[in-house]
Amino acid sequence: MGASAVSVQVSLEEVERVAELANLDLEAEEKPRMQRDLNAILDYVAQLNELDTANVEPMSQVSELLNAGADTGHGIALRQDALRPSLERALVMEEAPETDGAFFKTPKVIER
Amino acid sequence: MMGTDLTTETLVEKPATIATLREGIAAGAILATELAEQYYARIAAHNPLLNVYLSLTKERALEQAARVDAPAAKGEELGPLAGIPVGIKDVLVMQGAPATAGSAILKGYEPPYDATAVSRLEAAGAVLLGKINCDEFAMGSSNENSAYGPVRNPIDTERVPGGSSGGSAAAVAANLAVATLGTDTGGSIRQPASFCGVVGVLPTYGRVPRFGLIAFASSLDRVGPFAGNVHDAAQVLEVIAGFDANDATSSQLPVGDYADQSEKDVKGLRIGIPEEYFGEGLDSEVRKAVETGIASLEAAGCVIKRISLKHTKYAIPAYYLVATAEASANLARFDGVRYGHRSSKATNLSSMYRLSREEGFGPEVKRRILLGTYALSAGYYDAYYKKAQQVRRLLAEEFLAAFAGVDAIVTPTAPTAAFKLGEKTDDPLAMYLADIYTVTASLAGICGVTVPCGVTSSGLPVGMQVLAAHFGEGTAFRVARAVEAAQSV
Repeated sequence: MGASAVSVQVSLEEVERVAELANLDLEAEEKPRMQRDLNAILDYVAQLNELDTANVEPMSQVSELLNAGADTGHGIALRQDALRPSLERALVMEEAPETDGAFFKTPKVIER
Repeated sequence: MMGTDLTTETLVEKPATIATLREGIAAGAILATELAEQYYARIAAHNPLLNVYLSLTKERALEQAARVDAPAAKGEELGPLAGIPVGIKDVLVMQGAPATAGSAILKGYEPPYDATAVSRLEAAGAVLLGKINCDEFAMGSSNENSAYGPVRNPIDTERVPGGSSGGSAAAVAANLAVATLGTDTGGSIRQPASFCGVVGVLPTYGRVPRFGLIAFASSLDRVGPFAGNVHDAAQVLEVIAGFDANDATSSQLPVGDYADQSEKDVKGLRIGIPEEYFGEGLDSEVRKAVETGIASLEAAGCVIKRISLKHTKYAIPAYYLVATAEASANLARFDGVRYGHRSSKATNLSSMYRLSREEGFGPEVKRRILLGTYALSAGYYDAYYKKAQQVRRLLAEEFLAAFAGVDAIVTPTAPTAAFKLGEKTDDPLAMYLADIYTVTASLAGICGVTVPCGVTSSGLPVGMQVLAAHFGEGTAFRVARAVEAAQSV
């Protein structure tokens, strides 16, 4: 598949920057592999640029398409803003790595 | 009628039909509790090799089976799935049962509630046997991305069962459940169903509620059934489909009588055959099997129309941008705070997030989070994410236009039959191309059913994908049933 003009080569530094944005702490040996894979995938997706989409509205959900079509009355309906029972706190807290029973606990946020 | 079947040593075994079992249970010839025990015996015999079940929910299953046996003994009315043993892909939650999503980051997590699809199955009388292996966070096409080891294809145990719902497909093929639930984001029900020779259903977006589904890509994720035949798959869909206030994308349209519709004559139905799905990359034996299926539809009175869906080749690139972008957002919740793995090496909040995620996620999940984060990041958003969404509209509109002229569209489900374990693990792009015929319907939100239509010369199953318009499940089942019937199933 011909990579077109917009095809970018991701550098190792960019892999590190994206990993940081994604809150991932990649091991040193993972980085070149990820770089290789990302470049192969981005090279492949560059073929989208063959299509002129200047006048096409982006579609983020099919629900809007359905509502605009023959079928109506489904999807994207907002629920009533009303109080409803929620899960029992004790059940939820049981699954957390660390709690004091009322709150989730984490390591300190600001270091001295 | 079941007992003798279940003691056989055969790995591949077609489950008895839901109707047969339910009738036996209602008549008192089969006890739901005994049936469940027989399935657990079969699982004990074959799971060590196949690695289908990650955990069993035996206590809950036997209690449920007893709740079926009691009214059955009194001759009372039973639910539509009374006593039917069903397995659940481990991305759907069951209260008190481990939910791993095939990931190490959720090891030990036992969610405090049931997914809607799970509670609907139980309300219909189904006996839920356990949680089934899958690719980590449903990301994969071979089931080799599970942190708990790959599933083997029961038809040929050196081959993959497909993915990401590989375990759900293998479970039905090996009769370790009568039916299973899976999820399909880009082909994760249809492709494994094709590889394992079973029926798999991609319901219309919004048809089956996702409440209780561990999200991968929210604009694409769907929950759907696997079964040994079209009628059974339709029956399970009838139970799990329908509006749920807990899912904002859930449709209020009434649920169809899919099982009845599947039996309707296909005479006069217009079937579109898109040339783009039969081009380069399609295995010749797969093509032959699908063409045999098409010929059987023609023989049954369908009108075959050659059509063109010219944007098809852009579906994989658009899909992998949209899906990974959404995944990068959805998987941000796994941070070691509320559930799942927390790194013991963390010294502060920031390192806790990073180390927990680094230790908990497998390579494919990291790859997709990175790709998605990149596609959404400043400077690249328009070139990648927005572009993919624009192409998504073109693909969806192309399907809408096609369905103005045909009732269903028929294609191969996957370009090849099941490939060997390890064959594609080093080449993510080659793995992504296994979804080349399935991602289109995912992006467009339309529905589909994959049905076995033949085997290759080495005996590997081939699936035919029947696509129908939004909420056209009845038509998809009807066409799939005609293909199945032609093979005298």
